Amino acid sequence: MRFAAGVDVGSTQTKAVVMREGAGIVARALVDTGANVTKAAENAFHLACRQSQIEPRDIGFVVGTGYGRYKITFGNAQMTEISCHARGASYVFPGARTVIDMGGQDAKAISIGADGQVLDFVMNDKCAAGTGRFLANAADVMGISLDEVGPLSLKGTRPVKLTTVCTVFVESDILSYLSMGKKPEDILRGVHLAIARRTISLARRVTIEPDITMTGGVARNAGMVQALEEVLATKLQVSPDAHFMGAIGAALFALEREDESFESEVWGTPAGTQVAQD
Amino acid sequence: MKWYETLNEAAETQEPPTVSMMISGNCVELLEGFGAVPIYPEVNALQLAIRHQSLDPILFAEELGYAADNCAYVKADIGAYLKGITPTGGKLPKPTLVLCNFVGCNTYLKWFEHVAEFTGAPLYTLDVPFMRTADPSVADIKYVVSQLQELVKLLEGLTGRKFDYDRFKEAVRYSARTEEVWSNIKHLARSSPSPFDAYFDAITLMGPLYVYRGKPEGVEFFELALAELEEKVERHEGVNDQEKFRVVIEGPPPYPHFRTFRDMFAKWQACAVASTYSTVGGLWEFGARHDPEKPFESVALHMLAHNVTNRNYLQRYDQIKRYVEEWGADGVIIHFVKSCRLFSAGQGDMRDYFTKVLGVPTLYIESDLEDPRYFSEAQLKNRIDAYFEALEHHKMTASPSD
Repeated sequence: MRFAAGVDVGSTQTKAVVMREGAGIVARALVDTGANVTKAAENAFHLACRQSQIEPRDIGFVVGTGYGRYKITFGNAQMTEISCHARGASYVFPGARTVIDMGGQDAKAISIGADGQVLDFVMNDKCAAGTGRFLANAADVMGISLDEVGPLSLKGTRPVKLTTVCTVFVESDILSYLSMGKKPEDILRGVHLAIARRTISLARRVTIEPDITMTGGVARNAGMVQALEEVLATKLQVSPDAHFMGAIGAALFALEREDESFESEVWGTPAGTQVAQD
Repeated sequence: MKWYETLNEAAETQEPPTVSMMISGNCVELLEGFGAVPIYPEVNALQLAIRHQSLDPILFAEELGYAADNCAYVKADIGAYLKGITPTGGKLPKPTLVLCNFVGCNTYLKWFEHVAEFTGAPLYTLDVPFMRTADPSVADIKYVVSQLQELVKLLEGLTGRKFDYDRFKEAVRYSARTEEVWSNIKHLARSSPSPFDAYFDAITLMGPLYVYRGKPEGVEFFELALAELEEKVERHEGVNDQEKFRVVIEGPPPYPHFRTFRDMFAKWQACAVASTYSTVGGLWEFGARHDPEKPFESVALHMLAHNVTNRNYLQRYDQIKRYVEEWGADGVIIHFVKSCRLFSAGQGDMRDYFTKVLGVPTLYIESDLEDPRYFSEAQLKNRIDAYFEALEHHKMTASPSD
């Protein structure tokens, strides 16, 4: 019985997933990335190991993904989160052909083939408009928690029209609507729709084909899912594991390569001496 | 370096005469008829960038009022001129003439007006009609030739030298030969593995090409390079240990991060087998050459039709398509340059054309050619890695007939 793991070090949160050959996901862990990327990766990985009640040395192969992938000192290989989200999405939803991934600092659309291979992808460049950070700023300026913005936005019936999708300038836009006496739920509905429109205009640069699945941390926001569905005029497939999709994909790649690791006795060397290959 | 030394001498003694010019679609052969030396503001700018010296002059130009999204070449060149900075530390002369050979890039019209204003040198603008059709019309050629003849008279007055027609003709002959050899070098990249990188190495070779076109040194240099690269082909010696991917690259490079950018491709053992940027000076791999029997007409034709800058977008599509097909490339990389509207506008559609119409895996990435602040290493690396991961998977799963 062999195990493999995927660790997705994102800009905001780090996710780890342990998978067992033939049995799927056996553990998942989530920690804030913070300033120490290496530590965050270790913490998430060890947390997932504890949850699955196995020792780290029993994990045959670890694939790192996300922006911090090269900082994972115990990883055996690195893959981009684009490949990993595609692979994870295809595993969870075999019919998925388009992945919309919204994370802390980026938004991307990936067109995938039947076997989960990446056919094409686009990402936001040089600008965090339309990402999780945009929602976090909106929540901050309104004095509510990030978990509340989605559900509250669903109550909005007369969404405001934002004049900007700039993550920085949205604050002054929101303040101006608040001073006009607009309802917080209508403002938030406007915020969600603005992000959805921007994300979909980005996504249309790849061919959007059904089934469409949403992945990444923002997929936990029901208001965002609904706004995207409204703009796309179609239902999205959203897994409870959407947030872990990158780590799941990484773990699947790791499972494929698990034999290499056991042969090379990668865990035979003292902790901390494994240097990620670049 | 020898070229910069000549310019340094000219700054001290006012000899030989010097002419500021644009690289693309220029008439450097005509200058040979006066023994004049070209000054290339864009070469000054990119030399500053590759030596990590471009930010100070850019910031200085911005203090003067140049906008954040102005062409960063312009800002670096103007800022450096006003601060007295040169790439080699030597001096640059006040040009005898600022010659704006306007081919497609309308930024040059203003850039050269500013160069003339700040240096106090006279300005002459050559108006070269943009390529609206497959080939330039007879009227287009006559229009440019008449301006070249006017330019000859102007330069005779400014330099006090009589135009040496035979020397001009000889320069055109040297150019034609250099183009022939350079074209042969470009065609060596059809071999697998390619003996050189037709983006990164070709960019390095663009220096001698621009400075020595129209001179015997140009012919000598490129003949030597051709012989060396032919030997590499014989030995099946490529750029990397192994040539895993062959790509075509569109757009200028991020000069301030040239090595870092190259390493992102080298990591994947990817080699550029062709590039559009290396045809800014001239597009010769499809057969066009200067003609010493028709020196004025062929210089005009070069300015009109045989440089990528003055060619329209559909012609650029076709150029890249031919590279993909005839040079056997796996995909296309489009490098969008934030401060270069000319080269970058329309690249979104270009990406769509290659991806959706032709089914060629195409990556679109962004940074800047001169401003070091627009280079997000992690983001670029992520995109490039993802592109090659997908390409690798595609190659592994493709049927042999693909």
